Amino acid sequence: MTATNLTDLGIAGIRDGFRAGTFSAREVADAFNAAVAGADALNAFIVKTPDHAIAAADAADKARADGADLGALAGVPLGIKDLFCTEGYQTTAASGMLGGFVPTYESTVTAKLFGAGAGMLGKLNLDQFAMGSSNETSAFGNVISPWRRNDSGNAPLAPGGSSGGSSAAVAARIAPGATGTDTGGSIRQPAAFTGISGIKPTYGRCSRWGTVAFASSLDQAGAMAHDVRDCAIMLEAMSGFDAKDSTSVELSVPNWEAALSADLKGKKVGIPKEYRVDGMPADIEALWQQGIAWMKDAGAEIVEVSLPHTKYALPTYYIIAPAEASSNLARYDGVRYGLRDLPDGANLQDMYAATRAAGFGAEVKRRIMIGTYVLSAGFYDAYYTKAQKVRALIARDFAQAWEKCDVLLTPTAPSAAFALGEKSADPLAMYLNDVFTVPSSLAGLPAMSVPGGLDPQGLPLGLQIIGKPFDEQGVLNASLAIEQRAGFAARPGKWW
Amino acid sequence: MSVDAATVRKIASLARIAMTEGDVDAMVPELNNILGWIEQLGEVDTAGVEPMASVIPGHQRLRADVVTDGDVRDKVLANAPQAEHGFFAVPKVIE
Repeated sequence: MTATNLTDLGIAGIRDGFRAGTFSAREVADAFNAAVAGADALNAFIVKTPDHAIAAADAADKARADGADLGALAGVPLGIKDLFCTEGYQTTAASGMLGGFVPTYESTVTAKLFGAGAGMLGKLNLDQFAMGSSNETSAFGNVISPWRRNDSGNAPLAPGGSSGGSSAAVAARIAPGATGTDTGGSIRQPAAFTGISGIKPTYGRCSRWGTVAFASSLDQAGAMAHDVRDCAIMLEAMSGFDAKDSTSVELSVPNWEAALSADLKGKKVGIPKEYRVDGMPADIEALWQQGIAWMKDAGAEIVEVSLPHTKYALPTYYIIAPAEASSNLARYDGVRYGLRDLPDGANLQDMYAATRAAGFGAEVKRRIMIGTYVLSAGFYDAYYTKAQKVRALIARDFAQAWEKCDVLLTPTAPSAAFALGEKSADPLAMYLNDVFTVPSSLAGLPAMSVPGGLDPQGLPLGLQIIGKPFDEQGVLNASLAIEQRAGFAARPGKWW
Repeated sequence: MSVDAATVRKIASLARIAMTEGDVDAMVPELNNILGWIEQLGEVDTAGVEPMASVIPGHQRLRADVVTDGDVRDKVLANAPQAEHGFFAVPKVIE
């Protein structure tokens, strides 16, 4: 196989070809390392780690030659979002604050992936501290989507956020799969923008230990890859109980890949009527209707359900997430790691303030300020406690929906990818991009985006499946039913 | 509720973020815009609703009260901007 063919393969294709002896893991690693090296124009990687990918590949080749047991991801190189601490490799959360930070420990998620035989191609760019929906808040510059509109304008488009380096790398086929993290939609929205698949599991499935924290009650790692099967394989390897994370759930990880089935006979698919938002583009509505038809074709029964508190999910999220962020990001003070800005004659307080002013970007500061305000004396109950109560109502809406259906089908995002700079001047307009992904995040539910089609400008649009707690299988299966019927094969033309 | 420059300065001080007057002036309308939008939660009747702090039902796991980690001083200090004699070093806080 030529190097070009190898980089066309996804996770399952690499795994199976490697096991069958069609190619070596080293050939795969070399092909992807070369693809990464040739894609600087996307700015998807903050740090490239070809040595890591090659070492893992050589270990996989040796294990195969020795007849030793091969891990589930033996021979598969991955991109790792730069929010996961990787021992010996710079981890910055795309911030100046953590510039040069080299962890002395490995996050549980990456330890599991590497333990399953995967190698690392590099650390992927993201919105700074995972705060953003467009990848315009990174201290290392914007990620550019590999996609272009078909209007010949060549406007650089947003790859979505916060996992925009991950989505761009997978869509450009410079990585067969990548880790993402999802706090309010940061796996699903970028997956939708770039025509790939991405799953956020139930909160607690993946350990958060060693992952740079944004909003602890929401953050959850997940998988981004070419298709549903690849996501199932990767998520299986990432998930599992971890005593080091007190919110990790003590449940065994099912064999999701083995149980994949696109037959939805006997399943009920709920359509939440409140997701029909004002001003939703006709393309999105049409794709949603197409998705409903695909679900019926797969044997499912369609039922309308009501999630009455949907419209309050975004304002609830923009209280809870900044509140938790203001607390989590208090650790960046210039003492133990990261940047220190010590003006002449400064005392300790001055050092804290100067360091945090210099190390955080505008969006991060904005969210810390909102979080500090809503948690401050006199406002705590009016904002934070109120938001936690509304969050309970949002979760209850979903619990009531599960009495009527097995999964929910919605659009992933209210539009196709927008151009870089198009929304960055208006934080509220940017926040509204997560309108369909935030409610399930607040409820901790598993949810997935799969590509459904192209808009008139030739850009991918995604459909979202939301499932019951710990029913990742149901989410994967319904997503597979869409994938098989959508037959999405569009790819960005190579310009980088 | 709306914030003014004095409130923004106070919040910035609580958040330990140095801000110039220009930063403060820019932040006032941004925070007001977002906080104004958040106000819509006031419409929701939450009487008798318990605040939700975690989506995971059940209780906090406990472990035996024993040391399971530690003795990694050099690793802990490895990324310190300034470390001396096995400690994190900071500007003098006592005259």
